Amino acid sequence: MSLWERHKIFETNSLVLFFGALVVIAIGGIVEIVPLFYLKNTIETVDGVRPYTPLELAGRNIYVREGCYNCHSQMVRSLRDEVERYGHYSLAAESMYDRPFQWGSKRTGPDLARVGGKYSDTWHLDHLNAPSSVVPSTVMPAYPWLAETELDIRYIGEDLIVQQTLGVPYTDEMIETARRDAVTQGTLDALDSDGLLERYPNANIRDFTGTVAATGRLTEADALIAYLQSLGTAIDFNLYDDSANIR
Amino acid sequence: MADSEHNEPRLDPVTGYKTTGHDWDGIEELNHPLPRWWLWIFYACIAWSVVYWFIFPAWPLVWSATGGLIGWNSRTAVDQEVAALETNRGPMIDRLTSTEIAAIKDDPELLDFTRAYGSIAFKENCAPCHGAGGGGSKGYPNLIDDDWLWGGSIDNIGHTIAYGVRNDNADSRYSEMPAFGRDGLLSGAEIREVVYYVRSLAELPVPSSADLTAGAEIYARDCASCHGEAGTGDQELGAPNLTDAIWLYGSDTADMIATVTNARNSSMPAWGERLDPTTVKALTFYVHNLGGGD
Repeated sequence: MSLWERHKIFETNSLVLFFGALVVIAIGGIVEIVPLFYLKNTIETVDGVRPYTPLELAGRNIYVREGCYNCHSQMVRSLRDEVERYGHYSLAAESMYDRPFQWGSKRTGPDLARVGGKYSDTWHLDHLNAPSSVVPSTVMPAYPWLAETELDIRYIGEDLIVQQTLGVPYTDEMIETARRDAVTQGTLDALDSDGLLERYPNANIRDFTGTVAATGRLTEADALIAYLQSLGTAIDFNLYDDSANIR
Repeated sequence: MADSEHNEPRLDPVTGYKTTGHDWDGIEELNHPLPRWWLWIFYACIAWSVVYWFIFPAWPLVWSATGGLIGWNSRTAVDQEVAALETNRGPMIDRLTSTEIAAIKDDPELLDFTRAYGSIAFKENCAPCHGAGGGGSKGYPNLIDDDWLWGGSIDNIGHTIAYGVRNDNADSRYSEMPAFGRDGLLSGAEIREVVYYVRSLAELPVPSSADLTAGAEIYARDCASCHGEAGTGDQELGAPNLTDAIWLYGSDTADMIATVTNARNSSMPAWGERLDPTTVKALTFYVHNLGGGD
């Protein structure tokens, strides 16, 4: 039997085939994934990226719940056309506090990695309620219940604990103040905006749907818009040195 | 299923191929090899991958990954591509940067370029609110008519685009209509009276029972300082003209009552923070030329 016919051993013994496949996949993982955790040229240091505020995190949970990632990516690839359209290509550091990341792999809608600040809050609200009212040609479905449903912030501290367990540097103080911070950021109550800004620099504090003052409650739309308006705004690319992270 | 047997492979006289040696109830399996041309291409690809490892970034080592002999990486590549693009369109961009907006129309080549450049930027950044053709929608101003909230001259349009309206930018357009109903400045009946008076200014239908005199008094006291005594508005304050037929938030009585009750203080981002000055200039030119520029 020549060397080329040894595959018969794998093909005729299911257990051998199983362990053989396991070894090959394990090698693939060790070679392709493990080095990313320690190689210097895959880890970049960037100023400005902070963990999400509790309200943004609640919005992010809604983003995941509604499956936004099925149609929207959050990854400006390093390709000319994308950089021209969306702005600076995404840095790995920008999603370092995303558990799990929302890079996505399909764009039925546009990329959202840099959507923060691009449109007004009112536009986002109108667009979530009835996308075709502002973009007639859109195929995005409407999410009118977001503006009608009161945001459940009872377990917002627990959400932070989960993220902390996964390695996001939320301090115990942040977890303790989570509910207060969410209420403050959405302007339901101006409890401690200085503390909020100290814990989460550059957080947007405002009435995202414009209905909080009138209705006296935060809705899921408030959280989602707070999250969307924060996307891609952490790094000031006027100051960022492109060559610093090319090694 | 009957037991399969393992025999020594034998030559099948009909096809000329060997069998695998498997035998199921007398049915045997030919060991039909892959086509040679396919196999050789497969081997050639494996050989090429080894060459590839040396040319491009490939293997992770202890502290870093191999960088490849030609020094290629995706971030440098996109920087070079963008630089090539800048070189390519640079002369036109420079011409646009150094030309007064009013003089663009005198240079046919620059005019074509500015229109195309402005149109692309408009579609990506402005169309979601103002519509692909600039027609706007309820709550989002129409840019192709000659009714301007903050002024329709080139300078005014340029300022509005660069600094936006009611945002965090220090130079943004700013004014705030009070929420007359929500904040208790006017009662429901007073709001109705003033709405009927404003409707009469715009020559919209008003019920015959409406007390226009009372409405006029409220208007003169609470509205005229911004919207003008005759209701013609004030572009310095972004106060719309109330005497024309253009109603950004709807001209139904209910819409107008909602406007006076809760106010409508919409905002627009400061595009100068996001786009470079030349793109803002092209957009200014483009918007001014949509049809309604003063």
